[in-house]
Amino acid sequence: MNAFRVVPAGDAALVVEFEARIDPSVNARAIRLAEALQAACVPGVLDVVPTFRSVAIYFDPLHTNSDVLFARVEAEAAKPSSDTGTVRPAVRVPVCYGGELGPDLAAVAAFSHLSEAEVIAAHTTRTYRAFMVGFVPGFAYLGIVEERIAMPRRDTPRVRVPIGSVGIAGVQTGIYPMETPGGWQLVGRTPLKPFDPDRPEPFLIKAGDAVQFYAIDHDRFLKMER
Amino acid sequence: MSGVRVIRGGMLTTIQDTGRWGYQSRGVPVAGPMDPVSHRLANALVGNERAAATLEVTLLGPELEFEDERVVAVTGAEFEIMLDGRPAPHGTPFLVAKESHLRFGQRRRGSRAYLAIRGGVSVPPVLGSRSTHVISAMGGMSGRPLRTGDRITFGVADATRPTAAPPAEPVVELPSRPARLRVLPGPQADAFTSDALETLQSAPYTVGQQSDRMGFRLEGPRLTHAHGADIISDATPLGVLQVPASGQPILLMADRQTTGGYPKLATLISADMAVAGQLGPGDTIAFSVCTPREAMAALIAQERALMVLELGRQ
Repeated sequence: MNAFRVVPAGDAALVVEFEARIDPSVNARAIRLAEALQAACVPGVLDVVPTFRSVAIYFDPLHTNSDVLFARVEAEAAKPSSDTGTVRPAVRVPVCYGGELGPDLAAVAAFSHLSEAEVIAAHTTRTYRAFMVGFVPGFAYLGIVEERIAMPRRDTPRVRVPIGSVGIAGVQTGIYPMETPGGWQLVGRTPLKPFDPDRPEPFLIKAGDAVQFYAIDHDRFLKMER
Repeated sequence: MSGVRVIRGGMLTTIQDTGRWGYQSRGVPVAGPMDPVSHRLANALVGNERAAATLEVTLLGPELEFEDERVVAVTGAEFEIMLDGRPAPHGTPFLVAKESHLRFGQRRRGSRAYLAIRGGVSVPPVLGSRSTHVISAMGGMSGRPLRTGDRITFGVADATRPTAAPPAEPVVELPSRPARLRVLPGPQADAFTSDALETLQSAPYTVGQQSDRMGFRLEGPRLTHAHGADIISDATPLGVLQVPASGQPILLMADRQTTGGYPKLATLISADMAVAGQLGPGDTIAFSVCTPREAMAALIAQERALMVLELGRQ
């Protein structure tokens, strides 16, 4: 399947849309295209943003011929997809599950008719794909979560979700990089910071990464947090 | 290093340069000035490079005490500006003496003024930009608006860059009532019924009270989706009109999130972002669909006016 379209979004952005579904192979095409365009450093291009199934290319219309850019993007997008890509080692994320750091673990267990230990096992077994980064700096949408534990988001979002909280929302999981309101079911917390502008690499996860969670106890959490 | 002391911060005074581009793929919003033309004009008037950081003043302005003598200029929204109790000009550079007080008084027209200070506002850049994004507490003054007691410092002025004379005609007009904003269809006009673009142009929309630097919630003719209001989340360009289930569009502005899950009917042309940036709650907008050619012509005309000003001083 090679279907895509390139559509303008105003006079300073183009959007390449692939098939409208959340699927690792469609997402891989979007990310591959975005990385190719980023690597090409096309003059006048300000930002290239891959999402689940599309890529937005932001450019300065006074320094870019949009017709030329359109043709270039179209040609790049039409290249056959080779999903193999570069294999990146999985980003390993320690999580202290349950208790006050994971206040919704019990609810997810009840939802899935599993013990809390089984929910943790289900959450840590899979290696997830970072489909997209959005919402706030460094927030990666990870999937696909096992159906059994894929609890929908809370009816009433929390006003403040602490940094590092690990949540589930349907078949998606993710880590809150900053204190924000949030409706995801919080099963645990990681001592790692998904976003820290003072680090040489400010972002823990980027789109296309593989991510795996592993369980740590509370003592280890406190030690690592320091 | 010289600077100013903030006597009163005003309603929402933030440090803005041309925005934090290049990190949207990491979820980092661009921020930057709501009215990019007035921002650039203010910098040109005081002889700064165009990307220098200015203060964006919103609705109720600040009062500042200068530690040293500096050339400044105020552009954008028209406020009564008082320098040690005497009126100071809008849209033209003027000298502020050491220990002088610069105070923004009554606002007459527009929503956001830009105070450029020769040498630029100097704060440590975050991810390459000094722009403040309040929601993610990033950039500017510790990621927040200015408040009483803050001290902000200035960069060193480039002595080879003279100040500029004010333009003979305004580069960008403050919005009329209603503000006329031009859009191009898409990126997802096909997610709406075929008459949606006509509906958009059929009557003015009002900027709602729940409007801020992220976006303007608009109230007006209801837009109808063709197949529901949820899409797989994708990127959210500056100036796009995204439409949630209510059918009431949201115009996404400088502080927008990088991604969103609503269909997007149309996108403001770049040349009209400046006018949009001067709008506030209660203002009205008349949308009209234009062609890509018109959009480019308008942008080139605007660029030419700014270039004349920037180059004219050399």
